[in-house]
Amino acid sequence: MALDQSFVGRTYPPTAPYEVGREKIREFADAVGDDHPAYRDPRAARALGHPDVIAPPTFVFSVTFRAAGDVIHDPQLGLDYGRVVHGDQRFRYTRPVTAGDRLTVTSTIESIKSMAGNDVLDIRGEVHDAEGAHVVTAWTKMVARAAGKDA
Amino acid sequence: MAATIAYADVEPGTELPARTFPVRRETLVRYAGASGDFNPIHWNERFAREVGLPDVIAHGMFTMASAVRVVTDWVGDPAAVVEYGVRFTKPVVVPDDAEGARIEVSAKVAAKLDDAARTVRVDLTATSAGRKVLGMARAVVRLA
Repeated sequence: MALDQSFVGRTYPPTAPYEVGREKIREFADAVGDDHPAYRDPRAARALGHPDVIAPPTFVFSVTFRAAGDVIHDPQLGLDYGRVVHGDQRFRYTRPVTAGDRLTVTSTIESIKSMAGNDVLDIRGEVHDAEGAHVVTAWTKMVARAAGKDA
Repeated sequence: MAATIAYADVEPGTELPARTFPVRRETLVRYAGASGDFNPIHWNERFAREVGLPDVIAHGMFTMASAVRVVTDWVGDPAAVVEYGVRFTKPVVVPDDAEGARIEVSAKVAAKLDDAARTVRVDLTATSAGRKVLGMARAVVRLA
């Protein structure tokens, strides 16, 4: 069943702050096998001009996707989460996510399309720090495959 | 921001050092824990097959994170990446053996975008088992 077009443009309330920890960044960098010193060593990060260790470019997805969950699981929208796959992902950075950041995410439904029986949902997540300054915008395309189709 | 590659030193067609990233089941379990994405298609073979997949598949975001390392290692400062996007075209299938899968990533400068901002567009190619696993994989990078 096609999703309700009236949800296009809907913005969800900002999330509670996510506090970015040095050890969480290190854990993430370890998990992707990335030994860049700017993700681990505050001195190495400062040598590059950053106030503390920075996170790898895709780290913030864990934060924005949690926020997108409010959209994906919105019972009024009625998306069948069991059939959802990740279609596209894009980030635009004002600055890197940095240890000590307290990040809030504001999610907006940018578009809803129906293509070949699939529901295609574009969600924009605007990420701001505790001072209200923009850090990064994440665009996530979710595709709910039509019932009866395999991956 | 401290990119180590100078804008003046690159041209469209400049190739970045290519990399190959191994992915084993253990890799995916670690990534699930670090990212908080515990979807069972990334660690439970029985579940993956039940939903029509050939086997356990890697997180798309793991592939995206691996691919951008070609850019961040080249440019020196990861913060030089000002924009990065991909399309997930095919899954990286990860068998339960000692080898697992491999993600092969190459990249080249596609265009010089802005002489004042010293930004270039880098186009990435990521394949696994001979199939393209990312489409439209592009980064905008601010050089020195």
